[in-house]
Amino acid sequence: MNDGPVSEKLYSAGDQVRIAQTNPPGHRRIPGYIRGKNGVVERYCGAFPNPEELAYGFDGLPKRHLYRVRFRQADVWQDYDGSDQDTVDLEVQEHWLSKAD
Amino acid sequence: MAQEHSHDHPHDHDHDHPVLKYSDDSEHDYDETARYPLMAEAMRQLLIEKGVVDADRVRDLVEFMDSRSEAIGAQIIAKAWTDADYKKRLLEDGTKAVEEFDIPMLGAELIVVENTPDVHNMIVCTLCSCYPRTILGLPPDWYKSKSYRSRAVIEPRAVLKEFGTDVAADTAVRVHDSNADMRYLVMPMQPEGTEDWSADQLADLITRDCMIGVTRPSVPETVAAE
Repeated sequence: MNDGPVSEKLYSAGDQVRIAQTNPPGHRRIPGYIRGKNGVVERYCGAFPNPEELAYGFDGLPKRHLYRVRFRQADVWQDYDGSDQDTVDLEVQEHWLSKAD
Repeated sequence: MAQEHSHDHPHDHDHDHPVLKYSDDSEHDYDETARYPLMAEAMRQLLIEKGVVDADRVRDLVEFMDSRSEAIGAQIIAKAWTDADYKKRLLEDGTKAVEEFDIPMLGAELIVVENTPDVHNMIVCTLCSCYPRTILGLPPDWYKSKSYRSRAVIEPRAVLKEFGTDVAADTAVRVHDSNADMRYLVMPMQPEGTEDWSADQLADLITRDCMIGVTRPSVPETVAAE
């Protein structure tokens, strides 16, 4: 059985990425507030079983690459009233990411 | 807008819509509290009856979780404060560094984030209640409340203020939403004047809330005066 990651990882720390703006049914670990937002890969976390499959009793394999992505709060919330430097980090599976310019 | 909205009585738009505080929870959460323990018990009994788990295994797990508390986290942070090499290992690979204390992460990975004069970190799980349970024990109720889970990302500085934590405008607030396979622990800044303290003395200052990142450790006045 292939229990390794699905393929070579596509992103590295420092890459600008965009989270897919999509609302598929089912168990997803990407909160709505971050979908469609742009951020920067903070680190590569490793490959983990896919929670979207695990939730339904499947084995979650092949594993998915997981990244921590850092977002500027000012980019996430239109009327954010904290500092410009404030950020929020989330973990995002690779299939939710695309390159952002 | 003022034209259409003319009334002959004064009114307050806030009175019907109290703002939820992190210490509250919505009625929706409360009106079903009796149901969940019942469902959990029914599930436990069924799993045992069907031979999926046995009662000893369930009891072992419950006893393991009951043995976990913030004292474990405090010990780790105090070690890092008093041992620069350990601090480096803890920040580089949290999972491996806590193994030195025989602490398992049970499949998750640990990331330790360091507070500095320039950065204040705080932890939330907006989706449920992911939390470094093997290090801090079970999360407090407010950590699981809908209001904390939403407001910690939307208005972290306001939430911090409610915990008595004022973060200067030129200090970045970094919120960590532990929404997947990482668990987070905040390494607070060591209070001034405690440089000569032992790890055991320091551990008493390091509370659960400090390690979630909603408060800062402080030296009790009675101790500071000695």
